Amino acid sequence: MGINEQLHQNDNASLSQTKIVTLVEAVNLALYRAMNDDENVVVLGEDVGTNGGVFRATLGLKETFGCTRVMDTPLAETLIAGVSVGMATQGLRPVAEIQFMGFIYAAVEHLISHAARMRNRTRGRLSCPMVLRAPYGGGIHAPEHHSESTEAIFAHTPGLRVVIPSSPTRAYGLLLSAIQDPDPVIFLEPKRIYRMVKQEINDDGIGLPLDTCFTLKEGTDITLVSWGAMVHETMQAAKELAQEGIHAEVIDVASISPLDMDTILMSVRKTGRCVIIQEATRSFGVASEISSRLAEEGLLYLQAPVAKVTGFDTPMPYFKNEQIYMPTVNDIKNTVKNTLEFA
Amino acid sequence: MKPLTNSFRDKLQFLNEAGELIQDLPRHLKVNRLVDFYQTLVMIRLFDKKAVALQRTGQIGTYASCLGQEAVSTGIGFAMQSTDVLANYYRDHGAQYLRGVKLHQMLQYWGGDERGNVFEGDAKEDLPNCVPIATQITHAAGIASAFKLRHQKRAVVATSGEGATSRGDFYEALNLAGVWQLPLVMVVNNNHWAISVPRELQTASPNIAAKGQAVGIEGILVDGNDIIAVQTAVHHALEKAHSGKGATLIEAETYRLCDHTTADDATRYRDANEVNQAWEKEPIKRLQTFLHHQGLWSPNQETEWVQHCQQHIENEVEQYLNMPPQEPGDFFDYLYEELPYAYQQQRDQFIAKAGGVQHGH
Repeated sequence: MGINEQLHQNDNASLSQTKIVTLVEAVNLALYRAMNDDENVVVLGEDVGTNGGVFRATLGLKETFGCTRVMDTPLAETLIAGVSVGMATQGLRPVAEIQFMGFIYAAVEHLISHAARMRNRTRGRLSCPMVLRAPYGGGIHAPEHHSESTEAIFAHTPGLRVVIPSSPTRAYGLLLSAIQDPDPVIFLEPKRIYRMVKQEINDDGIGLPLDTCFTLKEGTDITLVSWGAMVHETMQAAKELAQEGIHAEVIDVASISPLDMDTILMSVRKTGRCVIIQEATRSFGVASEISSRLAEEGLLYLQAPVAKVTGFDTPMPYFKNEQIYMPTVNDIKNTVKNTLEFA
Repeated sequence: MKPLTNSFRDKLQFLNEAGELIQDLPRHLKVNRLVDFYQTLVMIRLFDKKAVALQRTGQIGTYASCLGQEAVSTGIGFAMQSTDVLANYYRDHGAQYLRGVKLHQMLQYWGGDERGNVFEGDAKEDLPNCVPIATQITHAAGIASAFKLRHQKRAVVATSGEGATSRGDFYEALNLAGVWQLPLVMVVNNNHWAISVPRELQTASPNIAAKGQAVGIEGILVDGNDIIAVQTAVHHALEKAHSGKGATLIEAETYRLCDHTTADDATRYRDANEVNQAWEKEPIKRLQTFLHHQGLWSPNQETEWVQHCQQHIENEVEQYLNMPPQEPGDFFDYLYEELPYAYQQQRDQFIAKAGGVQHGH
């Protein structure tokens, strides 16, 4: 019996049960749960059927729910997004997979020009309850175009939600909420940590809120803000800093847009210092937005300039050099120390 | 189901440009029905003329006229069932009107007011006018997929111009419609001009209907100025779709007698002789001639109907001009089902800037 079959075993018999899963297995479980609980939920994308997705996120779904609800589409990302918009206007809840975020750009017109505004431009007559999932980010030695972090494109578009889990529990809970949400959600999965850690999750079908950051560690000296795979470097940095007597508070933004700025502001009010860690290119991104909001709304709390630890303003290097590009634990620790040393 | 024509090269026509019936009417159409067709065509042309005038006097924004192409959209409207869905582009006044979209709503839309998309009646699930070219066709494929998945006996009609057939969305939706046997009817209004680019620069294909062959679906070429041919082809395609026999591509060949929109000046790129020749083939005169000869329509009826249309259009224009302004909060209240806390302050700022105070919906 494969892992996936074990995962789904007895799902119908028991409403809730505890399972120990990786992030990608948590995605699979949430998909399974959502399809089981609502017949309007359908899954579509490239290789999502028999193959179970190239990362196996949709493994076993076709066998359980059939090819009418788990649809292998032709190889056309524009189509995948456009078809999802159309389905959603009819009250289906399509969960579309774009195989890698690097291929999402053909779908962007539908996301920005239609999904994000269908409710608004029809004054509520039609809506677009769809989820577009895509693995994103670097660090897995993938070919060109398989490692980018361009979440800011979607966060810049009102009408969309952008959600990024950083752990199996949050992947499960946030994906369930994304599927149940009445509006379009871009759900970006940090593939570097797809199988990094296992967590015990309760497969109870209960989602996590999409309007709040998660404070993963409390601290008094500095606030570290991150999301996605970088949460792991950030937590590691916080752990090592603690050994040096520096107590960092760590916030996982999780729901990038709309952004829960209050949690970040409250934390900075306490700590007076903030470092934002993102894997994406440095300029015009989510870190820049958070930094700008801190300047606008939290200036008087700040005892030092807000700092960013980010990728560089270059294309994502081919994998031989991706580690230079990506923020490291040491980058974070050094930036924290510089920020603490500011008068 | 038997194909409607022998080949995508055979142009379906019943009524020629002289107003002569060149073959028997199809069985599903009684001759009296053609009076309804005619009346709607006249209504749409008069409305279109009025809309252009409203734009010229600054009472609506940029407007896309359907002059000369009325038979395409009107023919579609007369073929669709109330439970079907229309995914249209922006020259579909005829089908929209027949599906219950009010003329004042069309003016609202072109007048810069989102409430022009709040359709009722048969159009309540129809998509709003689609401006990004061809994207409505992939949406239509999604709607058709939903119908198929739910075993509903419904179909989608997606319209576009011929320029749209150069775009990926057109090909991707067409291809999917073939693979998934979708209840989808794609109607291309080939009016020969995509703003300034002629049909010949869009594709080297002998015609657009031919493109159905590449994806395994029936392609039908019709005279788009013959409303009987258009209605018949769409009727055929919808019957096929409703009975689970898949999709159809229809190319309706017509001519854009107007500018692309009111913001365009077609004299910059188009020969006046070509336009004058195209006027000889326009869709309304030929049907009027036919109905006269059949004794189904008289000059008196014409006068009365034109008066009726003009009165109706005036009433709709009045209604448009007298609409209360939108509530400024609406721009935020319809952004998500529930306004996220993150945007509440901006909503207040927007309302304050608009100079009004109002409550959520």
